[in-house]
Amino acid sequence: MMEYILQPWPWYFSGPLIALTMILLVLFGKSFGMSSNLKTICTISGAGKYADFFKFDWKAQKWNLAVVLGTIIGGFIAVHFLSDGSAIAVSENTIKDLSALGFENVGENILPQEIYGWDAVLSLKGMAILVIAGFLVGFGTRYAGGCTSGHAISGLSNLQLPSLIAVIGFFIGGLIMTFFILPLLFS
Amino acid sequence: MKALKFLLVGIFFGIVLVKSEAVSWYRIYEMFKFQSFHMYGIIGSAVAIGVIFFLIVKKLSLKNISGQVISAADKEKNYKANILGGTIFGFGWALAGACPGPMYILLGTGVFSILIVIAAALLGTFVYGLLKNKLPH
Repeated sequence: MMEYILQPWPWYFSGPLIALTMILLVLFGKSFGMSSNLKTICTISGAGKYADFFKFDWKAQKWNLAVVLGTIIGGFIAVHFLSDGSAIAVSENTIKDLSALGFENVGENILPQEIYGWDAVLSLKGMAILVIAGFLVGFGTRYAGGCTSGHAISGLSNLQLPSLIAVIGFFIGGLIMTFFILPLLFS
Repeated sequence: MKALKFLLVGIFFGIVLVKSEAVSWYRIYEMFKFQSFHMYGIIGSAVAIGVIFFLIVKKLSLKNISGQVISAADKEKNYKANILGGTIFGFGWALAGACPGPMYILLGTGVFSILIVIAAALLGTFVYGLLKNKLPH
């Protein structure tokens, strides 16, 4: 039993548990949406002085901040107590494609050193990549009205057309980035 | 201790996303390259169960723990914003390899450079709030 928990979990185990996360939040009278927390943190930091968009009672979102705090703790527990150090078993083709872009040791860590390692981050290009990537996620998710949890999981589960359109957008952007822009950034 | 159950849900979600490898940049790249079923299986099975859950909820008018009938709010119909914002989000998702949930989880796994992505995501949200009325919706 413990052996299976320590190994990476297959999709048919993980997917239903993500659904369970959403179901628990709905049963608790809330909804599953992680990106709302970005707006809440902006509001707590005083963004309401600059735009009405941020003028709302953030205390009503305290429950979601508790979820965020939990996810940080969950990430810590998962790597320190529930992992056997397995590499990310990505496909042979993925390893081949990434090697061609100059990525080494593909899958050895959760994240590539070429993007998240301090050597990369402390270069102008590396810093720009993380800042631009984060900015696009934060801007895009609010513009689209949700992220992967709010649109792709909750919205599609609830047969929402706006969510389907947003998810199509996620893929338009993701495919252009992966097929056309990443090869320009790394080669 | 109302917050405790939400903290526990968060811990559960964080563990699931790490163990599923959905927090890995490599898995996101692989997904957008259509080179593995892994991420499609995760999202697809989550949505399939979610659809069944909401069908049952509606059929039986199930109540939440506060005793209210569960009614999931409809998403706002701003199709232009959905597609434009979604595309912008997709650019960032494929570049960072992380969406708003995994960003926090990765911090917990000890990747501190993710703090730059989180700070930039907050800035992006802030700038959206400033420009909201000028953008097509």
